[in-house]
Amino acid sequence: MANRKIRVLLAKLGLDSHTVGITVIAGALRDAGMEVIYTGLRQTPDMVVQAAVQEDADVIGISSLSGAQMQHIPKLLDRLRSAEADDKLVVVGGVIPDEDAAELKAAGVDEVFTMGARTEDIATFIRTWWEAERR
Amino acid sequence: MERDPIVLAERALGGHQGAGARLIRMLEEGDEGATEGLRAVLPSAGRAHLLGVTGPPGAGKSTLVDRMAAEYRRRGSRVGIIAVDPSSPFTGGAVLGDRVRMHDHAADPGVFIRSMATRGQLGGLARATFEATTVLDAMGYDVVLIETVGVGQDEVDVADLAHTTVVVSIPGMGDDVQAIKAGILEIADLFVVNKADLPGADRVAKHIGAALHMRAAPIDAWQPPILMTEAERAGGIVDVIDGIDAHRAHLRSSGGLDRKVIRRRERVFHDVLRERAAARALACAPRQGAEILSAMRSGELDPYTAVEALLGVEA
Ligand SMILES: Nc1nc2c(ncn2[C@@H]2O[C@H](COP(=O)(O)OP(=O)(O)OP(=O)(O)O)[C@@H](O)[C@H]2O)c(=O)[nH]1
Ligand SMILES: [Mg+2]
Repeated sequence: MANRKIRVLLAKLGLDSHTVGITVIAGALRDAGMEVIYTGLRQTPDMVVQAAVQEDADVIGISSLSGAQMQHIPKLLDRLRSAEADDKLVVVGGVIPDEDAAELKAAGVDEVFTMGARTEDIATFIRTWWEAERR
Repeated sequence: MERDPIVLAERALGGHQGAGARLIRMLEEGDEGATEGLRAVLPSAGRAHLLGVTGPPGAGKSTLVDRMAAEYRRRGSRVGIIAVDPSSPFTGGAVLGDRVRMHDHAADPGVFIRSMATRGQLGGLARATFEATTVLDAMGYDVVLIETVGVGQDEVDVADLAHTTVVVSIPGMGDDVQAIKAGILEIADLFVVNKADLPGADRVAKHIGAALHMRAAPIDAWQPPILMTEAERAGGIVDVIDGIDAHRAHLRSSGGLDRKVIRRRERVFHDVLRERAAARALACAPRQGAEILSAMRSGELDPYTAVEALLGVEA
């Protein structure tokens, strides 16, 4: 069982077209030994759920820099529940006002990382969860 | 989520994508128990046409696979896709980006896309990919496309697993090297020159044609067609799918399919044998194994003597 890897699906929802942040995160998680499935821009919640199920992703990471997170993410959580895929860790990163972050966490997002977050901390958060919850 | 391989296998056969995905995951991890799940789905496999798509980095393989999947969907087929990318040799991690080009199918349950990292293990590509294609085949996907980057050995590997191998070339990469690279001519059942919108595509096609002309006559008398595509704007895709269908018909009528199936079985047998025999040799006497390994590392034992010593250890 030496070949267990954490699989992380990274996506951007809606029309948000800033790719720098998510590319940096993808590289950092790869360097932390994870398998990152990058799905790119303009995803819908249904697309993310289907991809996460087919890829057996442990973690779903949503990058949001457009301010539209409140529009898409609750819908994503809802779709995950109906697909019985809500055992996955859901993390959101980007430009997220505090009140939105609180609301997202109340809705079921596991953690919100705002712009200042260090990539190592994100990787550590994921690994800690995975070691405790999953295996 | 469930981790009992038999339960997963049953659910996967019933069409549950998450169960199929988890079974593939456990197989990829080398979980020996998961083999029971693979055995349970094997009787349902064997119907899909397995299609390898290989070529240099950035040739447009994912774009092509996406357009091919769209054409198969139009023809009423369900499509599985395994997109293989290399793992980082330093960290063991990977960024798997092929899905970016496959958005059109991202919400279509008739298309199952699985990204797979090579994980750098001996025979890893072949074994894990074989098992994933078998699961998708058993789940009723009519065609399973396997995308691999054609650097080094991987393109030859994929030819061991696929019924039809599509080799993708593009203009502007040094035509001679690309077309005549050892092994490529032998494995290609179809040549696709993608990015035909760019200058030089005709020359690439000509080079391939000339090289094909010079090679020894193929054992099964199939003449690989050389097709031009503009995957980006979905140009030439219908001809590619028709060409694959023609190859499939040829395989059936010539007995070539049986040969491919046998080659696939042999390949998997040897990969699994190598992997498990090595794992068991190392595990059967953990303490002596570790001593032998450390003596080998320090140079006290040469690698050959170390292997003989390990194989000589009584469990
Ligand atoms: N000009 C032109 N560009 C194309 C065509 N098909 C694909 N591309 C572009 O080629 C680039 C690479 O495409 P991909 O489909 O990702 O290529 P790939 O072979 O899967 O790449 P890797 O998986 O990274 O090896 C993208 O920018 C595509 O838009 C084409 O027909 N013409
Ligand atoms: Mg690709």
